[in-house]
Amino acid sequence: MGLTVTAWSVIVAAGVLTFAIRGSFLLAVGRLERLPGPVMELLRLIPAAALAALVAPALLRPEGDLVLFGPRPLAGVIALAVAVATRNVLLTIAVGLLAFVGLDLLFG
Amino acid sequence: MSTPPVAPTPRTSVKAGAVDVAPVLLGVAPFGLVAGVAAVEAGLGLPEAVGFSTVLFAGASQLAAIELLGVGAPGWVAVMTAVVINLRMAMYSASLGTYLTSERVGRRALAAYLLTDQAYALSIARFQDVRRPPVQRWWYYLGAGGVLWCVWQVTTVLGVVVGDAVPEGVPLGFAVPLTFLCLLVPTVTDRPALAAAVVGGAVAVAGEPLPANLGMPIGAVAGVGAGYVVRRRGRATWG
Repeated sequence: MGLTVTAWSVIVAAGVLTFAIRGSFLLAVGRLERLPGPVMELLRLIPAAALAALVAPALLRPEGDLVLFGPRPLAGVIALAVAVATRNVLLTIAVGLLAFVGLDLLFG
Repeated sequence: MSTPPVAPTPRTSVKAGAVDVAPVLLGVAPFGLVAGVAAVEAGLGLPEAVGFSTVLFAGASQLAAIELLGVGAPGWVAVMTAVVINLRMAMYSASLGTYLTSERVGRRALAAYLLTDQAYALSIARFQDVRRPPVQRWWYYLGAGGVLWCVWQVTTVLGVVVGDAVPEGVPLGFAVPLTFLCLLVPTVTDRPALAAAVVGGAVAVAGEPLPANLGMPIGAVAGVGAGYVVRRRGRATWG
């Protein structure tokens, strides 16, 4: 089977299954409008847990090894301070990137 | 005509989403370029690159599937890897779904198609922020998600045509976690949410070596569980 044919089968299959995942709850909510309290409590915790699970490995294990003291974690701490103080995404990214570049030079 | 502050309209809501997403694009655009470049390097053409970006529209899973195809892995391995990487979106779907219950099924289907880490994180942050002007939720999400979609397609094509245009020394990839870091802050509203974030992050770090980015969804589930326990404990203690 040629690479193009394989690629398109993968695109369609992965696309359909990914849409099923994305739509799982969004398309069922009409029927789940009155969710029981405990379920709502669980759902409300998703943003904090999911975002932290995205951020932490990118800051602490960017290349696989755990680095607690390095340009990325330190730039992350600085960016976190900016985020807490301003809640401004652009400013957080700008300061975080600058801090990372500067610290990267320092750490050599 | 001067307009006093009024209830949000679809127009103002779409615009608010499109404006809020702007800084996030700094991290998305280079990622889109990489998706295009990776397709070329794997021996695929422009149609396949665009196919991945439009049909799948999910960066990390696209890159993984393309990379596997490039090294000659069987198609089903690429599909399963992409699906596992995207499992986290079921949680976004559940969380976002609670904000869009009143929308018709067609709108919710479009919201599902446009669901990404960025669109989800931005929207939840805005929906929960009482200090900013209210928005019509679906339209806000459409504004943010629509811009993300357009930029993703354009940068994918650019990646295929122009190649790797981002200089090596510019760590724009680091803008991605910084974005989520900033959006994480307002979601930590109380002790259960803090526990969810701390445990979610720690378990995801511990699970980082797992294949197909599995550490992330496992960390998120662990975080939700920890937050739930803290909430129950708090209630038991304070009656």
